[in-house]
Amino acid sequence: MLRLPRFRHETPASLEEAAALLSEHKGRARLLAGGTDLLPNLKHGIEEADVVVSLGRVPELNRVRETEGGDLELGAMLSLEALASDALVRKRYPALSVAAGLVAGPHHRRMGTLGGNVCLNTRCVYINQTHFWREALGYCLKKDGEACHVVKGGKRCVAAASNDTAPVLTTLGASLRLRSQSRGVRVLPIADFYVQDGVYNKALEPDELLESVLIPMPQPGLHSAYKKLRPRDSIDFPRLSVAVAFRLESDVVRDLRVVISALAARPLMLKKVGDLSEGRPLNDDLLDELGSAAFKQCHPLTNVDGDTTYRRDMVPVYVKRALRAARDSGLSMP
Amino acid sequence: MNERKSINRTHGPDAPFGEFSRVGKRARKVDSMAVATGQAMYTDDIQLPRMLHGKFLRSPHAHARIRSIDTSRAEALPGVHAVVTGSELPVAYGVIPWTEDETALAVDKVRFVGDEVAAVAAIDEDTASAAVRLIDVDYEVLEPYFDPQDALVHHEPAIHEGNRKGNISKHVLLEFGGVDEAMAASEVLIEDDYAFHGTAHAPIEPHCAIARWSGDGVLTLWSSTQIPHYVHRLLASVLGLPAHRIRVIQPYLGGAFGGKSDPFSHEFCVALLAKKAGRPVKMLLTREETFYTHRGRHPMQMHFRTGCDAKGRITAVDSKILIDGGSYSSFGLVTTYYSGQLLCGPSDFPNYRFDSTRVFTNKPPCGPKRGHGSVQPRFALEIQLDRMATQLGLDPIEFRRINCQSENTQTVNGQTVTSNGFLQCLDAVEEASGWKKKRGKLPPNRGIGIAGSMYISGTNYCVYPNDMPQAGILVKLDRSGLATVFTGTSDIGQGCTSVMATLVAEELGLRLDQVRVVTSDSDLCPVDLGAYSSRITLMAGNAAVDAGRKLRKQVQEAVAEKLEIAPGQVMLADGFAFDREDGDRRFTTQEAFQFAEAKFETLSASGSYNTPERGGDYRGGTIGASPAYSFTAHVAEVEVDPETGDVHVHKLWIAHDCGRAISPVQVEGQIEGSTYMGVAEVQLEHHEVYTGETAEAGLHMRPSLLEYTLPTTLDTPELEALIVESIDPEGPYGAKEAGEGPLHGSLPAVANAIYDACGIWMTKLPFTPGKVLAALKAHQAAGSSGAPNEGAN
Ligand SMILES: Cc1cc2nc3c(=O)[nH]c(=O)nc-3n(C[C@H](O)[C@H](O)[C@H](O)COP(=O)(O)OP(=O)(O)OC[C@H]3O[C@@H](n4cnc5c(N)ncnc54)[C@H](O)[C@@H]3O)c2cc1C
Ligand code: SF4
Repeated sequence: MLRLPRFRHETPASLEEAAALLSEHKGRARLLAGGTDLLPNLKHGIEEADVVVSLGRVPELNRVRETEGGDLELGAMLSLEALASDALVRKRYPALSVAAGLVAGPHHRRMGTLGGNVCLNTRCVYINQTHFWREALGYCLKKDGEACHVVKGGKRCVAAASNDTAPVLTTLGASLRLRSQSRGVRVLPIADFYVQDGVYNKALEPDELLESVLIPMPQPGLHSAYKKLRPRDSIDFPRLSVAVAFRLESDVVRDLRVVISALAARPLMLKKVGDLSEGRPLNDDLLDELGSAAFKQCHPLTNVDGDTTYRRDMVPVYVKRALRAARDSGLSMP
Repeated sequence: MNERKSINRTHGPDAPFGEFSRVGKRARKVDSMAVATGQAMYTDDIQLPRMLHGKFLRSPHAHARIRSIDTSRAEALPGVHAVVTGSELPVAYGVIPWTEDETALAVDKVRFVGDEVAAVAAIDEDTASAAVRLIDVDYEVLEPYFDPQDALVHHEPAIHEGNRKGNISKHVLLEFGGVDEAMAASEVLIEDDYAFHGTAHAPIEPHCAIARWSGDGVLTLWSSTQIPHYVHRLLASVLGLPAHRIRVIQPYLGGAFGGKSDPFSHEFCVALLAKKAGRPVKMLLTREETFYTHRGRHPMQMHFRTGCDAKGRITAVDSKILIDGGSYSSFGLVTTYYSGQLLCGPSDFPNYRFDSTRVFTNKPPCGPKRGHGSVQPRFALEIQLDRMATQLGLDPIEFRRINCQSENTQTVNGQTVTSNGFLQCLDAVEEASGWKKKRGKLPPNRGIGIAGSMYISGTNYCVYPNDMPQAGILVKLDRSGLATVFTGTSDIGQGCTSVMATLVAEELGLRLDQVRVVTSDSDLCPVDLGAYSSRITLMAGNAAVDAGRKLRKQVQEAVAEKLEIAPGQVMLADGFAFDREDGDRRFTTQEAFQFAEAKFETLSASGSYNTPERGGDYRGGTIGASPAYSFTAHVAEVEVDPETGDVHVHKLWIAHDCGRAISPVQVEGQIEGSTYMGVAEVQLEHHEVYTGETAEAGLHMRPSLLEYTLPTTLDTPELEALIVESIDPEGPYGAKEAGEGPLHGSLPAVANAIYDACGIWMTKLPFTPGKVLAALKAHQAAGSSGAPNEGAN
């Protein structure tokens, strides 16, 4: 078995205490939620930590509540299993419940959390490997090295955003409640949270933690769906993922959002595809048109295992399947 | 053929007392509760006082010469107790004595990324790992060989310098009859290229070994091996130690599938590290390391030609196969023969040629994986047969019936087939799958396909030539009423311990809880050659019956005396010894054993087995020769998603002729497990290294269980196992093998079903959705011309 490196383990009992620990250790501390991403990464030496701060004893983080404005607030420590089976989430945001249920395998979903999923490190076939393997490769610029092996000669890491909930939360217009000791609480739209840098793809500061995810009350007629391409029917990270959300207003499409992920360092909002559909009925012609438009905008790389041509070929197929699923059964209920 | 004493004691297929009381009954494995409750002690569960932990330094280069190794910084690290390098273990070894090309640690060269260079023992794993990083190695990097075609042609410098044949590991060309004439005269000729990609065993338990030296210089090695006897022999040779000063124990084992049937570096290194340190040493490989240790199924590029006459009788088969062996020989000599020798049934053909070449490349070494050597060419041949049937307008099952060989016959390459239940297998899967209602009649993109196969029940010759038995067993009867069976057989989860218990219980009329089996401890158990070639049920099983029968006679005699009847009238069943004519006149078997012990003194008997003379009279003619062959038929039903190329295998029906099912539950388990493994190789599993000239060349592409996608329960088709019993004269009570045969057909059955579903012949494994989609597109582009399309590369 691979061994964990040595670190100090802290178990704060409140948000303030957790934030204080992060601030005290200035970038040398890592938060541990379910640990299903952090621990393998520590074992592989992709992440390093002097102090690991467990969030398991912070009661506020398990909260699920409706805000006065009708938003649903989901605590960061909510397990993916709980998220996938939550009745209100199912009713209001069926795509989110589907996405949470498609993360990894049952054991991971029991341990893994929403916050950990939102904050998941990016992934690449050249980085999620042991130290021996990465050393034999000569490392890469995400950690310990200079070159990128995906984009040869590239100067920026393009490791893939691989979290299943992120594209769905983006289509739903979710926001993130972030807290730090020095700056207090800020609320950031999730669309502004992810940045195009595979080394670290988040606007989360080293002294900040994610408290909760806020999802606005679904507008009437909101349809959403999520589709994930992966080799097995369980466990595997996405090789391509598609989230869609739109409103149907007397059979025509309004505000379509299509977000594709597992291609680049951040989930990709296909704005042009959304615009194409505005005010049109969601028939087969439109589906084909949207599929082709999505295809043009997506360029899978070798950061993720699996044939890139095939992954690209699957973009229109999965976009269309997601749109159909959303139209046929993905209606949100208030 | 060498002359030798045959100890072929088979005792016939009949029940000892007319009716079986244990054999053929549905019973749990005898060790199932220990395994299910976590009481089973695997090698890594063993903790010895003062035990140290070992780690390897492995090569980061695919091909390099070692100029120098400096271990001084590692040795100086506090907590480090011993370091070994190749020069201390220079004796070459290999599981096959003719191809000893491995050393415990690289002596002057490394041949793949992951090759072992040095080993360290320290107070804990972290210290050992830290020490490994302090070893300085100066390498001269050499041009690596990744493409077997390239390795065939270029060999300067060769991977094994000194090999007279460059990078060729083994070449076999054998012809039976006249292939060229027969091909020329054939009515239909099918010619095509096929490819198998390479897969690993991925047992759940990674390899582990522990060594301890006693004060008087006896070495004990605990190892997760499936060949403790060969490990024992090679430890003696590499360590220069008399074999009687070595004890090898195989604890519970968490799966092997052929991946633990070579002697391994860690087994030698723990021994020497423990000696140097004066303390026991354990080495447990990481999952990544098991992918380097490998010995998985060989990638093969196969060209096949098959001819038949107008009536659909196959007239000739001709193959040319290039085998990518990876960096060492392992069982490669045998693999090369098996790639041709095991194809001559259940379809019969009068003319046959195979030309197989195994080459070395700078990749983890390939070896035997469940269905060793013949899964790949079987895939090719069974697709050829379906193409031929299609061209002739014959139903593929009917075509196989026409060509099925009989029982008690000789194959074209001189192997003796005794029982043959293949026709019953075909009947069983045809019926169970609803074949007649489905073939050619399912909705678009849904299809059904068939494949057949045969496999050996043990191989006739030990890997090192000798005249001793292949299997030995000791049975001791105790006045407590217990029979203890001592056997060198390796239970690797396949259940041979239960089979031994069942056979001895049957002979002595015991319940299963009245038999205990002590296995694979070289100090306690007679030699058995190990768990490979599907040999144990037939070979050790015959030895078990042999020993049990000797004791049974003594017990019968003693009881006969008490009951004043003829010994033959004494029956033993279910824990009682009784008068066959008057069941009320009975004793418990415990009482019976006590009478026997009083009469004959301490009760024990040995049993042995050696194979009958078999095999063709030509060089290599004994490789692939077996006392008996199993037969299997697979039907697969699949659905192809025309948009994604995803092949969903709905269900497989597998009928397997195992001779006699000693334990039907276990036979079904082996059928299901084999087929699960085969289907996994169709789409999901792929053991592969990066090639080319980039930084990643030579590195393993998927060295973890996340990346090496084993099917989960959700990815596993429904499996229906059907047992066919042909009752073979050679096996214990008629039993043959069940552990490997039922894998073969699962691959071509899926390929043939894909053709039925959507008209494409997929020929190059793995059938990733991308390849299937490309083939579908090519097929559509070819329009309805009917021309068969090849699977895209
Ligand atoms: C075999 C395997 C398969 C997987 N498959 C998938 C998959 O298909 N899809 C998928 O999306 N994921 C997958 N995962 C990754 C992971 O299991 C999930 O993403 C999970 O949701 C992570 O949550 P966690 O609580 O375990 O995260 P952790 O490992 O605890 O944390 C992940 C990261 O987020 C940070 N973090 C955690 N909580 C907070 C917080 N409140 N504030 C700020 N930062 C925080 C941590 O510091 C860490 O960097 C897989 C993992 C494994 C091991
Ligand atoms: S994308 Fe390039 S830099 Fe980033 S992890 Fe992969 S190889 Fe390294």
